[in-house]
Amino acid sequence: MTRRTREALLAYAMLLPSLVIFAWFFFYPLYRLVEMGLHQKNRAGTAERWVGWSQFSDVLGGDEFREGVRITGTYVLYTVPLGLVLGVLLAVAANRRLKGIKVFQAIFSSTIATSVAVASVIFFVLLNPQVGYFSSVEWFSLSDPDTALRGVALSSVWQNLGLTFVIVLAGLQAVPEEVDEAATLDGYGPVRRFFRVTLPMISPTLLFLVVVLVIFALQAFAQSDILTGGGPLGSTETLVWKIFNSQQPLDQGVGAVMAVGLFAITLVVSLAQFLILERRVHYGN
Amino acid sequence: MATDLHRTTRARVAWYALLTALAGVVLFPAYMTLVRALSQPREYVLAGQPPWPVSPEWDVFARAFTEGDMGRKFLVSAVVTGCIVAGQLLTATLAAYAFTFLRFPLRRTLFVVFMATLMLPIEVTLIPNVETVRSLGWLNSYPGLVGPFLATAFGTFLLRQGFRGIPRDLLDASQLDGFGHLAFLRRVAIPVTRPVVASFAVIAFLAAWNQYTWPRAVVTEGRWETVQIGLKSVAVETVDRSNIAFAAAILAAVPILLLLIFLQRHLVRGLTTGAVKG
Repeated sequence: MTRRTREALLAYAMLLPSLVIFAWFFFYPLYRLVEMGLHQKNRAGTAERWVGWSQFSDVLGGDEFREGVRITGTYVLYTVPLGLVLGVLLAVAANRRLKGIKVFQAIFSSTIATSVAVASVIFFVLLNPQVGYFSSVEWFSLSDPDTALRGVALSSVWQNLGLTFVIVLAGLQAVPEEVDEAATLDGYGPVRRFFRVTLPMISPTLLFLVVVLVIFALQAFAQSDILTGGGPLGSTETLVWKIFNSQQPLDQGVGAVMAVGLFAITLVVSLAQFLILERRVHYGN
Repeated sequence: MATDLHRTTRARVAWYALLTALAGVVLFPAYMTLVRALSQPREYVLAGQPPWPVSPEWDVFARAFTEGDMGRKFLVSAVVTGCIVAGQLLTATLAAYAFTFLRFPLRRTLFVVFMATLMLPIEVTLIPNVETVRSLGWLNSYPGLVGPFLATAFGTFLLRQGFRGIPRDLLDASQLDGFGHLAFLRRVAIPVTRPVVASFAVIAFLAAWNQYTWPRAVVTEGRWETVQIGLKSVAVETVDRSNIAFAAAILAAVPILLLLIFLQRHLVRGLTTGAVKG
């Protein structure tokens, strides 16, 4: 056996464990999703019949999926811009050479310690219609279908604040001080300096964050599961909530098609993420 | 930045006031949860839900273990997290090494296959994966909870970036000394990239410990609940026992809080990978 063959065999052996997992739990399920989408099971799951591609067009064009996309899209709009603005605000405030600033930085990054589930319980304390501290605030009341999603979104904004803060702060600290000094010498005030100099310099970081936060929002499930159970009147049923609750044999085909729809949306966002990541790495070299 | 702002004491005081106000807003939700966890539930409601504890019961955290079965949940979460972190470290290190130091047919194609999995989060593949786990009889079991997470494209990518920083001369030299690839991986590649490996391990721990959707889908029995999915009980708990559910949420965050305190450097580096140049 030549040295080259030996090297190739070693490489395949080293890749094998990962490839087995990927084939088993990533690519086979993708194939199964399509197959499930082409069939419909009976209530007991004992038999299935071919329904063909019409199930795809019916579901993807139907009210249920469209409602899920609308709710998830609204969720993105509620969480991403607000989370980003608050994260930048905290990072700018804490990017100062002041005594004790490390304490404030630690506090601002503290929500990293919370999971989606923990944040949901914490906002249960604040927003629960019966016992919540802010249950009387109508603007994000969980008992009104028109506002419930806002309340749920607030928990995500708070939960992601620590991560957003840490990443923006790292971005700010990578801006060379000379750049700011030069702008000051040019007569730029603090506000103009921020919008004309600092913000453009950290825009790649912000772009990265937008992608990450959008992906988080697309995957939202625990928030609705814990805070509202999808209600009231289905107003917080995100796409993943609908997929999760389509596991009974009778709904499985519909759930599979919705999952394919979520895949298509994730694909677009992930591609954007990958392009940004590659560019970052390329610049890094 | 903004040195002009620091010139006067007044500006500095104003800045501290701003920072303190922001800190108050950030901490308030967690603080209120602590208040409700400590308060006697009924008396707290009767007192009009003030922002301080009412008739505090300090044993609530202990009761989360005795009455809320937190011990069992911590065990399940710890085993699941431990297996996922160890499994990912193993599979990703091997794959990253192959992609960095070995030449073989289809290398580019296989790397694209790896990266393609980034576009298949568990939320998308949930229904068929639950079917797989069910048909294997793995509902309510460690293999079911851990299986889909034993390989990671993100980790492979991260470690490959680390390995790429190793000069090729080192590999050539070690081969002249008669070392094979596995010895080079163990004795040189991993020790040299220890900071990257540590960052990856910390991030993997964070993600595994915090998981919700997958364990919620493959666990149907109370004794297989992880810490995170156990928190759902807050929604169905009676008012009298709600303080135990709130205490459980605080306990659930403790491991990550410790991680944040003791391994902050690695955590921040891992989280900011890809976000900031250099």
